[in-house]
Amino acid sequence: MKAIAAALVLFAAVAWAQAPGILVDPMRGPVPIPQPTQPPKLTNSVNDDLRLPRNYALQPPVIPHRVDGYQVDKNFNKCLDCHSRAKTLFSGAVPVSATHYVDRDGKVLDHVSTRRYFCQQCHVSQEPVKPLVGNTFKGDPAQGRR
Amino acid sequence: MIARLIALLRRYWAIVNRPSVHFSLGFLTVGGFVCGVLFWGAFNTAMEFTNTETFCTGCHEMRENVFPELKQTIHFTNRSGVRAKCSDCHVPHEWTVKMARKIQASKEVWGKIFGTIDTREKFLEHRLTLAQHEWARFKANDSLECRNCHSYDSMDFTRQSARAQAMHSTYLASREKTCIDCHKGIAHRLPHIPPGQGPSDSPGQDVPKH
Repeated sequence: MKAIAAALVLFAAVAWAQAPGILVDPMRGPVPIPQPTQPPKLTNSVNDDLRLPRNYALQPPVIPHRVDGYQVDKNFNKCLDCHSRAKTLFSGAVPVSATHYVDRDGKVLDHVSTRRYFCQQCHVSQEPVKPLVGNTFKGDPAQGRR
Repeated sequence: MIARLIALLRRYWAIVNRPSVHFSLGFLTVGGFVCGVLFWGAFNTAMEFTNTETFCTGCHEMRENVFPELKQTIHFTNRSGVRAKCSDCHVPHEWTVKMARKIQASKEVWGKIFGTIDTREKFLEHRLTLAQHEWARFKANDSLECRNCHSYDSMDFTRQSARAQAMHSTYLASREKTCIDCHKGIAHRLPHIPPGQGPSDSPGQDVPKH
C-alpha cells in the first residue's frame, strides 16, 4: 500500500516537472495562470437597426439594437412590447414568427408560447468586438434566406 | 369651564386687536417681515427635506421595494453622472402643483401609519394600482417631470437610433403620445398589466397565461 502511494507521489512529481513551460491560452493571453487577466473593455452593443441576414437555414436572427436592462419576466416582456404580433402594426418592429405562437402539442395560441417566451435564449444582440478565438466558419446567406 | 375659555380667548383677542402701546408700528412691521422671512425659509427647507433621497428611503416600503430597482437603471448611475432622484420624477417642480402633490401625499402618510404596503406581499398586491396612479398623473400633465430634463426642443433626432427617431418624429412630435405612453417601467420593474388596464392607449401586455 505504502509502495503504491510512494509511486503515485513520484509519478505526480515527474509529471509536474515535465509540464510545458507557459500555457498560452487565446482567451487569457500570455498571463501566467496564478495572475488575474486584464478584463476586456466593455463596449456598447450594435444599435444600428440594420437587420443581418441569417447565416444558415433556421438560424434565430440576431438583434440589431441594444437590449440593456430589458425586463423579461413573468410580469412583463419588453421585447414583446414591440415585437408581439399585436403590436407590430404600431411599432413597425419585425413581428415574432408565427411558429412562436404554437405550443409543443401543435396547438395555435393567441399569445406567445411559454417555450418561446425568453427571447434572448436564442436571439442575441451583437457587440463590436474581435472574436477571441480564430474561426473559419463561413455562413451561407443563400441558405439562410429560406 | 366653557365660560373661562371664552373669557381667555376674549382677553387675547383684545391684546391682538388693540393698537400697540409698547412697540412702535415700524418695529412691528419690520419684526413681522423678519419673522415672515424666517418662517418661509424654514417652511421651504422642511419641504425640500421631504424631497430628498434620504427622506424617501427612510421608510422600508421605499428602501426595500422601489429604491433597489431604481439603482439598477440609467436614471441612477450613468456615464455623465446625472441622477434623477425620487422627487425629480414623482414631485412636480413648480410651487403650486408641488403643494397640491404634497397635500395629496398626506394619504401616503395614512398608508404608512396603517401599514397598507408594509410587507413585500402587500406591496406587490397594490403595485399595479400604485403604478396606474403615477401613469395617470404623467399622462395628465403631458409627462411634465420627464420634460423637466428631457426637453423636446433640445432633442437631436440625428443622434438617436433609427427606431427612436421614427417614434419621436411622428408620435411625439404630433403630440399624439406623451413620454409615459411608451417609456413605462424605465426606473422601476413593471407589474403584470392585464390587457386594457395600462394607460388609456396601451393594450397591456401579451404575457402567456400560466
